[in-house]
Amino acid sequence: MPELNLTSAPAHLRHGSNIGQPLTRRDGVLKVKGQATYAADNHPPGMLFAVMAVSSISRGRVASLDVAAAKRHPGVVDVMTPSHKPPLAIDPELKTNPFVFRMEVLQSDEIRYANQPIAVVIAETLEAATEGALLLAPRYETLPALVGLDVGESFVPPVVGVGNPTEVHRGDVEAGLASAEKQIDAIYETPPQYHNAMEPHAIVASWDGDRLQIDMPTQGLMLSLARIAELFGIAHDKIHIRSPFLGGGFGSKGLMAGPPTLGIMAAKLVGRPVKLVLRREQMYGPVGHRAPTRQRLRIGADGEGRLTALDHHARTVSSTFDDFYEPAADASHTLYAAPAIRTLHDAVRVNTGTPLFMRAPGEATGSIALESAIDEMAWACGIDPLAFRLKNYAEVEPISGKPFSSKALRACYEQGAARFGWAKRSLQPRQMRDDAGLLVGWGVGTATFPALMFQAQARAAIRRDGSGVMEIGAHDMGQGAWTALAQIAADAVGLDIDRVEFKAGTSDLPDAGIAGGSAHTATAGAAIHSAGAAVIAELADLATNDERSPLFGAGNAGVIAREGRLIRRDDESRSESYAEILARAGVAEVEARGTGAPNPAAMEEYAMHAHGAVFAEVKVDPELGQVRVTRMVGAFAAGRIVNPHLVKSQLFGGMIWGLSFALHEEAITDRRSGRIMNANLGEYHIPVNADVPPLDVITVEEHDPHVNALGIKGVGEIGITGSAGAVANAVWHATGVRVRRFPIRIEELLTQH
Amino acid sequence: MKPFDYVRPATVTEAVAAAAQPGAAYLAAGTNLLDLMKGGVSRPDRLVDVTHLDGLDQIETLADGSLRIGALVSNADLAHDPEFARSYPAVAEALLSGASAQLRNAATVGGNLLQRTRCVYFYDTASRCNKRDAGTGCDARDGENRTHAVLGWSESCIATHPSDFCVPLVALDAVVEIEGRNGRREIALDALHRLPGNTPERDSALEPGDLIVAVRLPPPARGFSAHARYLKVRERTSYAFAVVSAAAALRIENGRIAEARLALGGVAAKPWRARAAEDVLRNVAPTADAFQEAAWRALADAKPSGDNAFKIELARRIVVRALLLAAAGTPARLPALPASPFASTSGAIHA
Repeated sequence: MPELNLTSAPAHLRHGSNIGQPLTRRDGVLKVKGQATYAADNHPPGMLFAVMAVSSISRGRVASLDVAAAKRHPGVVDVMTPSHKPPLAIDPELKTNPFVFRMEVLQSDEIRYANQPIAVVIAETLEAATEGALLLAPRYETLPALVGLDVGESFVPPVVGVGNPTEVHRGDVEAGLASAEKQIDAIYETPPQYHNAMEPHAIVASWDGDRLQIDMPTQGLMLSLARIAELFGIAHDKIHIRSPFLGGGFGSKGLMAGPPTLGIMAAKLVGRPVKLVLRREQMYGPVGHRAPTRQRLRIGADGEGRLTALDHHARTVSSTFDDFYEPAADASHTLYAAPAIRTLHDAVRVNTGTPLFMRAPGEATGSIALESAIDEMAWACGIDPLAFRLKNYAEVEPISGKPFSSKALRACYEQGAARFGWAKRSLQPRQMRDDAGLLVGWGVGTATFPALMFQAQARAAIRRDGSGVMEIGAHDMGQGAWTALAQIAADAVGLDIDRVEFKAGTSDLPDAGIAGGSAHTATAGAAIHSAGAAVIAELADLATNDERSPLFGAGNAGVIAREGRLIRRDDESRSESYAEILARAGVAEVEARGTGAPNPAAMEEYAMHAHGAVFAEVKVDPELGQVRVTRMVGAFAAGRIVNPHLVKSQLFGGMIWGLSFALHEEAITDRRSGRIMNANLGEYHIPVNADVPPLDVITVEEHDPHVNALGIKGVGEIGITGSAGAVANAVWHATGVRVRRFPIRIEELLTQH
Repeated sequence: MKPFDYVRPATVTEAVAAAAQPGAAYLAAGTNLLDLMKGGVSRPDRLVDVTHLDGLDQIETLADGSLRIGALVSNADLAHDPEFARSYPAVAEALLSGASAQLRNAATVGGNLLQRTRCVYFYDTASRCNKRDAGTGCDARDGENRTHAVLGWSESCIATHPSDFCVPLVALDAVVEIEGRNGRREIALDALHRLPGNTPERDSALEPGDLIVAVRLPPPARGFSAHARYLKVRERTSYAFAVVSAAAALRIENGRIAEARLALGGVAAKPWRARAAEDVLRNVAPTADAFQEAAWRALADAKPSGDNAFKIELARRIVVRALLLAAAGTPARLPALPASPFASTSGAIHA
């Protein structure tokens, strides 16, 4: 990989504390110039192109492939099939740990879902490989496809999400409902959705003997490396993965999937470097998606509008061969102070690629249903929906009774409502119009996402010239890790950001954990912080134990690191630069490692979540039913904000995705074949620029002494929660029509007039 | 992808000869054809690139007052031609409501007319489709079909023609000039696209080798410029095909409609001229009641082809709204969101 020339000293760089500064992304210029090397941009000498042939049926087996026809095509080098492929060291059906999912790597001719890889054609050119794949003309033995939320016997999965209990309850829900003055019993449906990262899954793999060089976008360098090592039976230190930039991941690039594994196998088969890039439609199957849900919410409230019970049941689907269950009902655990809460899940198995984490898995699907149902209850009680939420504000986490480590949600409601002008909202729906006669509706939704921490390590060094190094195998998926983590690194070693060489994005660096769960900045940041503290301690030892140093004997008082100097804590006139300390000690550099990890004691004591309040305005044509979001305000409290500029972008993105969830996104599945009929960005609708209204984000000050040393909660996923419900609630307020099947479609709003 | 011959003829005559061979297809901007080729939906043996032919990129006013638009004029250039937009505002509005700015910059007039349906079963080569592969069946008929045709469909095919541009063109009696093996001929745009019947594989009346060289708007088309609109309901604000659209054009004299033109998009395998509706609007006052009557006439023969009954009611409402907007007068400037229900400050009925 060529050296990354990240912008080291943006013009607006302020010296002193780096955390909290709105630096523009340091990889921005590279990206604008097309100089940021994504995986598929690599072309090692001798490289061949691999193209997957994928199944057009969703259940059955491949009866035949015309391999001879494909091989006859000029340029085709080889065709990898179940009977012609390099061996793997372990069965890909084996689940060696909970973060391993079964993958299709030509281990059999069985077909379990549409777009499953059934062969790989390797050729001198992309065009030849593409045509070769077409010439395989597979014949199938087809079985009836299992499609939809009602197919076959439902069952209760052992866990949902990543090890969450399937059923959780506190208090007596049935008694709470029975005693309620008002009851809501409503069913909401959300469709299958696909991550659709701009950058498709891609790999360039080169074998050199038993050494393996890989370019591949991944949200989990070390998890991927470990999976590759076990699949191919090679030692970890024989594998090198470069993943400096991802064109989005959203959960689909977290774990090693089948297609990149096929790329490595293809390279092994032909003994040359191979590139394999998925076509857009090939991403609708083997690389995960958000499963559909049907959620029934039963809510009770007393005569004062206080919740008496909250019962949230979610039906979802998993694949016929593996288990991932969208934990949609869990969204009801933390937000509203019902004395009785029950959440439970069941599922059916369908012919689909195994669902996976997708941007707020469970939280997003659960949020739009919960926020809609809460809105319905507010209306049933005749109470303003924001007032209703405040009336049922949870002072402690409802499901556990634990105090929150911090919770500035009330301030989010207040600041968001003030900015939005919520006070002018009519209680009744279908009351507000604009000058053109369009219906206007205002809706609110509460956002929440857990403040998670994983495990990470970092290595820090201070060099003879006084500069710093911070190394961590962190991942920039577009969120800005190159910038935000470098800011934390700079503060950790007491240097300006342009004096710290920040290295990330390769597997030879210390394990940064997975970039998921909105936890990457917190987790990697904690490791960086502790590595920085450790290396400063090393440096301090050198100085304070050396009688020639002005800091000699400061061991008890301690020193602080600032702007490249160690300064005696109780006497700022006594200080020494890093370079002077190292020069006198005669060492090239000092180094140290640090770890970031959750604090089990704090987790035991506190509930840890980020919160927010999103307000949306929609306009709806009263006769034609077309909807347009015209304004959104989101106020979020997510602990310490490392870089307000990047955080705002993250939250904008989440709010837009919420809008998309409510109004646009749906993978349309043919009910007979199980094929996805709109597997392209022309027909799988996401908002275009013209759909995105002026967005306003407020980051609410929040100090959290418990989540981690830096007080960071994470902002990656929270933006989609609350936002989807706010838009749906605004559509109801505009029209008086409560749509419970998402996305909201024009025909639902073609009411009589 | 499948290897194919690429030829770049120097003259229209050469082009016609090259394209008359079996397996040949004309290539202009390729905004639709290249996608079809990449998806294996269309597998031509020979592409005849017409983009270098001389004289097909002109917009000219003829002596009789007709406007002649060369087949290679880009959608964007046509829509942004000030004289064109003034004279045929509904056509400009329709053009600017289609696709995206990038696609409009590339896409040509002739290509727009000949774009294929967006029926997802047509694009999905694993599905049966009589339009793609004659006689194989229609998986859309019992499939995911909420956006399919409600007029003019058959058991063989329920696909729609996706063009926005063609809708006001057909309302304005546009004529298509064609160069073919037997020389030049012209047909009404209304006769270019075919309803499916039992032969949905034939989209149009064109014969092998036929090349559309120009589209002509006859002199009366200018007479509607003061009252002409295009309205398009879609599932996002831009870059989406119409669920239903309508072009409405009125010639109003002394407070009464002297002549009305109305066509619908997204409802049939062709841009759907609603002549019965036009008839009831002749010599009446431009009132909401009259427009309601016209809307009922326009959709009198409509029937759902699947989960799309809502499109019939939606189409009626769009007709009424488009006529109201047209009656209110063409806006001085094209709206920032052309053809969108969110474009205008007039015409929306207060419930």
